[in-house]
Amino acid sequence: MSDTVSTSKPERQRLRQEQMRSLIRSIGMLPVLIILGVLVQLAGIYFTGEGRFLSWQNLSIVAQQASINAVLGAGMTFVILTGGIDLSVGSILAAAAVVGLEVSQVAGDLGVLAALLTGLVIGLANGVLIAFLQLPPFIVTLGSLTAVRGLARLLGNDTTVFNSDLPFAFIGNDSIGIEGVFSIPWLVVIAFLMIVGSWLILRRTVLGVHIYAVGGNPAAARLSGIKVWAVLLFVYGASGLLAGLGGVMQAARLYAANGLQLGQSYELDAIAAVILGGTSFVGGIGSIWGTLIGALIIAVLTNGLILLGVTDVWQYIAKGAVIIGAVALDRYRLRGSART
Amino acid sequence: MPASPDTAPILRMQNVSKTFPGVKALRNVQLTVYPGEVHALMGENGAGKSTLMKILSGAYIPDSGAEIEIDGKPVQIDGPLAAKAHGIAIIYQELALSPNLSVAENIYLGREARHGAMIDRAAMYAGCADILRSLGATFGPRTLVGDLSIAEQQMVEVARAIHQRSRILVMDEPTTALSSRETEKLFQVILRLKAEGLAIIYISHRMAEVYELSERVSVLRDGGYVGTLSRDEIQPESIVRMMVGRDLSSFYKKEHKPGGARTPVLEVGNLSDGGRVKSGSFTLHAGEVLGLAGLVGAGRTELARLIYGAEPRTAGTVKLNGQPVDYRSPGEAIDGGVVYLTEDRKAQGLFLDMTCGDNINLGVIGRDAGRGGWLDRGRARVRSLAAIKAMAIRVPGPEIPVGTLSGGNQQKVLLSRLLETKPKVLILDEPTRGVDIGAKSEIYRIIDELAQSGAAVLVISSELPEVVGIADRVVVMREGRTVGEVSGHDITEQSIMAFATGVDIEKVAA
Repeated sequence: MSDTVSTSKPERQRLRQEQMRSLIRSIGMLPVLIILGVLVQLAGIYFTGEGRFLSWQNLSIVAQQASINAVLGAGMTFVILTGGIDLSVGSILAAAAVVGLEVSQVAGDLGVLAALLTGLVIGLANGVLIAFLQLPPFIVTLGSLTAVRGLARLLGNDTTVFNSDLPFAFIGNDSIGIEGVFSIPWLVVIAFLMIVGSWLILRRTVLGVHIYAVGGNPAAARLSGIKVWAVLLFVYGASGLLAGLGGVMQAARLYAANGLQLGQSYELDAIAAVILGGTSFVGGIGSIWGTLIGALIIAVLTNGLILLGVTDVWQYIAKGAVIIGAVALDRYRLRGSART
Repeated sequence: MPASPDTAPILRMQNVSKTFPGVKALRNVQLTVYPGEVHALMGENGAGKSTLMKILSGAYIPDSGAEIEIDGKPVQIDGPLAAKAHGIAIIYQELALSPNLSVAENIYLGREARHGAMIDRAAMYAGCADILRSLGATFGPRTLVGDLSIAEQQMVEVARAIHQRSRILVMDEPTTALSSRETEKLFQVILRLKAEGLAIIYISHRMAEVYELSERVSVLRDGGYVGTLSRDEIQPESIVRMMVGRDLSSFYKKEHKPGGARTPVLEVGNLSDGGRVKSGSFTLHAGEVLGLAGLVGAGRTELARLIYGAEPRTAGTVKLNGQPVDYRSPGEAIDGGVVYLTEDRKAQGLFLDMTCGDNINLGVIGRDAGRGGWLDRGRARVRSLAAIKAMAIRVPGPEIPVGTLSGGNQQKVLLSRLLETKPKVLILDEPTRGVDIGAKSEIYRIIDELAQSGAAVLVISSELPEVVGIADRVVVMREGRTVGEVSGHDITEQSIMAFATGVDIEKVAA
């Protein structure tokens, strides 16, 4: 009747099973990324006669293309881990870029700070509405998706803001490294630092455990004394701040920002990166490394299709299909491992 | 039309057993119901009433050997559809209606009247109107169910059962949410249904209702059948005795000494939330195990959550070590040394996707952490290993997700999370719910050790033998109020039940 006679053999088996499962989960989508890279390279050789994908120059471009999405995805990971969603990051990015450029025209480097602050303030506003008024995150950020887009246009007088003498333009165009030995674009460095920082917060701090707890079981989180409001405020603030950083990166690359066009539908790419990374949409399960891999998958796919000369129209269709296909594969695989 | 054994029974259940992993929920239970009678089904919480009714409704399949006859013919009820086909309808405490649909749409749900491919609303409205009128309803078939009161929604459920031509109607505590006027109206409906020859199985804790309505009463206890009383034998005292009459098992642990200095630690005075809790008062002393008993819905959990700061209070006082406190969040209560073990460990207690180690450490990682909130993972691991050993949690290691453990081991993980915060006051809500016998006695041992070490422990429990077995004193709640207190040798299941149901204790003792 009771389980007092539980032997150690099935327990050992269960321990192995669990280790296997957590291994599969942590590897996540890495195999998909590798297979995708190989496929793109092979297809390049087959169709165009040369494999341009696997060259340092091209891979550096892929990494740059992934960098802004990875930064937005890092913020989105925090939010989705709590069971929420932030649809407003694309608009925040635009507003932050416009503010950053305008401030840079008069105050130079302070433009970076202004852009980051813009992102943080809007993100915190989302957080206040969600944490204290207990409005659904989808609704709140859907509202700010539209409202902040309008704000971005308003701040830039509905025109494109330029600064050809942008003091922080190096962020978007220069690399760090030793001449002739190696060089890494600043965009990639920043994205990587943000991923590592997010990982430290999620896995090495009390706050990180609380983020997972709030997403895993909000009722239990409250009863166990976690300040759920503080956690929500943090994740939406972080998402806004990182979107502001995305704005800095984008503005630095373009020397310009247009409130209407900048960052359109970036939130969808960020969400796609998080979901491709294996983070559960209901919260509580997921990792920041998965999001990095997810962002890379999207960048590799886009880059590969361009190299192959696929038209813009088909790129959209292929991207959508890969997102759905990869997640379906992941579900299937995890279910299989749970059964064995 | 009083049911007499001369008429053929409409339902006969015999030899019904049900085994869940580790628990025998029903043992050879029998129940015989005649047409045109209200048959009350009584028993303590956990006696097996719900399990038996779930078997009747096809939600559970009984163990083999069970015999169920309807109109004298043996039947197999292997699912809710089969139950419906045999004319069985159940009205649960939580009503199963769609509030966004009209009364008629709810009554016809799944069997909509059609006109070709189109839904035939006119026919549905007409069909319902008759039934509603016969029940004396004051609302029409077009009314949105969400706009109705609970009592009226119940009537919709009754109408649905009639519309499905049900002949056996089970009502599970139908009056819990009703006012006395609404109850009166419901009784009229029940009497009308009875007169039309329906058999009604009526589950209730309220002695007065059972006395007023039923032809016969069957009593279950601990998953077994105790007996059936007919109309002229029904006495509240005899029913209470049938429900609780049972000797104590020996596995309760009570080695701590409740006497001595008796320092009050937690003093609760007239606490109220303006709703379910009307007035809760008690004093909890250091080194004492205080039981908080009462029927389900008496407001015990709600009172505990008020003290813990999980809900806001509207009136009353709480004193900790003589100082008034008003926790506005569970976090404040925990910092003050008051912890609460939820009755619903899966929905409100554990983080099932997280590891045992994370679950055990969750309450103290903040205290262990260095500057800037860096986790002290070494200390966390030491803590979880020590807790797993001390609580005898059967798990290969702290990295196993807690969701994969058995109920008893999950409960011990949750309990160790509370204990790691070194609380002065523990409020344990149904600490042994859904755990096996072995884990139960280990949890009793832990509670006993806590009291020995000077902690003040409040145990909320619906299992009377448990309360009698481990508590030094018992406070009883009824309908949102603390109505009585028993201590020492006066703690018996009868005395607690008397307070909990409101039946005169003198008569029970006589």
